[in-house]
Amino acid sequence: MSDPSTPKRLPIWLWVGLGLLPAASLMVALSAGSGGWFWPFSADPGQARIITELRLPRAIAAMVTGSLLALAGALMQVLLRNPLADPYVLGLSGGAACFALIGLSLGLVWLPVPILAFAGALLTMIIVFVLARGRGPWSTTRVLLTGVVVAAGWGALISLILATGTDSSLRSMLYWLMGDLSHAGLSSWWLIPLVAATGLLWLNARSLNVMSGGRLQAELLGESSTRRYWEIYLAASLLTGLAVSIAGAIGFVGLIVPHLMRLIVGADHRRLLPAAALFGGSFLVLADTAARTLLAPRQLPVGVLTALIGVPLFLLLLNRAARIR
Amino acid sequence: MSLLEARKLSVSIGSVVVAENLDWSLETGEIWGLLGRNGVGKTTLMQTLAGIRPADSGEILLDGQPLSALTRRQVARKLGMLTQHTRYAFDASCLETALVGRHPHLSAWARERREDRAMAHQALTEMGLAELAERSCMELSGGETRRLGLATVLVQNPEIFLLDEPVNHLDPANQVEMLDVIYRRAWRQQRAVMMSLHDVNLTTCYCTHLLMLFGDGQWLAGPSQQLLNADNLSRLYQCQVRLVDDGQQQVFAVAASKSGII
Repeated sequence: MSDPSTPKRLPIWLWVGLGLLPAASLMVALSAGSGGWFWPFSADPGQARIITELRLPRAIAAMVTGSLLALAGALMQVLLRNPLADPYVLGLSGGAACFALIGLSLGLVWLPVPILAFAGALLTMIIVFVLARGRGPWSTTRVLLTGVVVAAGWGALISLILATGTDSSLRSMLYWLMGDLSHAGLSSWWLIPLVAATGLLWLNARSLNVMSGGRLQAELLGESSTRRYWEIYLAASLLTGLAVSIAGAIGFVGLIVPHLMRLIVGADHRRLLPAAALFGGSFLVLADTAARTLLAPRQLPVGVLTALIGVPLFLLLLNRAARIR
Repeated sequence: MSLLEARKLSVSIGSVVVAENLDWSLETGEIWGLLGRNGVGKTTLMQTLAGIRPADSGEILLDGQPLSALTRRQVARKLGMLTQHTRYAFDASCLETALVGRHPHLSAWARERREDRAMAHQALTEMGLAELAERSCMELSGGETRRLGLATVLVQNPEIFLLDEPVNHLDPANQVEMLDVIYRRAWRQQRAVMMSLHDVNLTTCYCTHLLMLFGDGQWLAGPSQQLLNADNLSRLYQCQVRLVDDGQQQVFAVAASKSGII
């Protein structure tokens, strides 16, 4: 029998694999596309232009968005103490998209889209987690129900704005409702909040472990829970707002990725958060590559693909949760 | 100086007055039993003493310092509480779950050291859960969940243990084993314990002192020998309780009221 006081380590190849996954997914994304399969890369200038001007920026945007959404999902699951929480299902993405859209249609060009999106996500967070709670403890069902209804409301508002607007097009509708990476532009300053948020979260990951035991346990083990909850509200809204301003409201990444990673690396957030960030980014890169190659030359919005994977998973988790409780 | 002290403490929840002007103190080595009928506010009082629920009036002192002036972290290093219900949301192993008890003792960014893991293993062993160390905390039975909850508090290793119905869901053998562990902690490591129990006869075996809550704000506190008698218990539970003595052990029995049946 091994020494019980040494921590159980995950096999090193698992971390090597998780570390290599983003690079591998980028290679796939750069090679595949409607312009043809480019592997191994050649020195052809046309090919180089397609890669550096079209495929690379889009792949990096997908990577960042996927990481943001996976981290936001992991945080919201701590808040709700339930693996069903996700920024899209609970309406945060919808709120962010709606605020961004309202800002744009009101001509608030001096206000950066991420700030509008952050405000929308935070407002939804407050509606769903603070106001809907009322007195007494959270009930998962109630929070989920509120979130789903609020998400439907934002969806209706987005449709209304786009239908009454002057230059409404199906494409922008798809972008704000389902998420799409084909217009994704990414200025590199978006990477700074992502790295900073991941780092800060990771350093506080032991507190997240305590928080996932519930408010009572958190307080009894020395966390000032009100402050911590607000930190998580803010962090999750910020991550979601950024993701939405890059790629619109892509759903279910925050549900799929933390769930899969929990199966592989366990529930300890010190391992879960980095694993979810690495895998979430790679997952969305691959999903987006599939979305633009499956029906090439037609391009699917990537949100369609993530929803096709996410909805059955959501139902499966709901079924499992019903059996436990 | 007392480890934990209540001065003129008044606590209520909704329309229920739990205790009025409670003067009470907890010293090293004492094991207090908190007795009262369902719904008199035993949990509320414990949560108030743990500082996670406000009192109506009065003061609570932890090691001579007002509880309200301490941070949660400072409190958690000295005072641990087993809550009445434990619900785990994610698949963590029992060992990881018990290790969470080290949280208040570790600085913000530190990892658990070897000693911390050894403490977690020790606590799981004391609770008879050593074999389940790598099992998911969501696959446990009710009794195992209860023991894991207590193991987590043992890992926290505070000077003061507040235990809300620690023997809930446990069979008689496990009840005695668990209370033995608590008893040893109190005596050998000089800890102080307050626990709510519904089994008066476990109280006679393990508790040095009693705090009785009568449900109307009245209370009685003192050494068990003084308070444990049929009169007090009958008043407390509002039913006829009598003392049965077979020469080896004194047992309190509820005399069934058959008035409605016969």
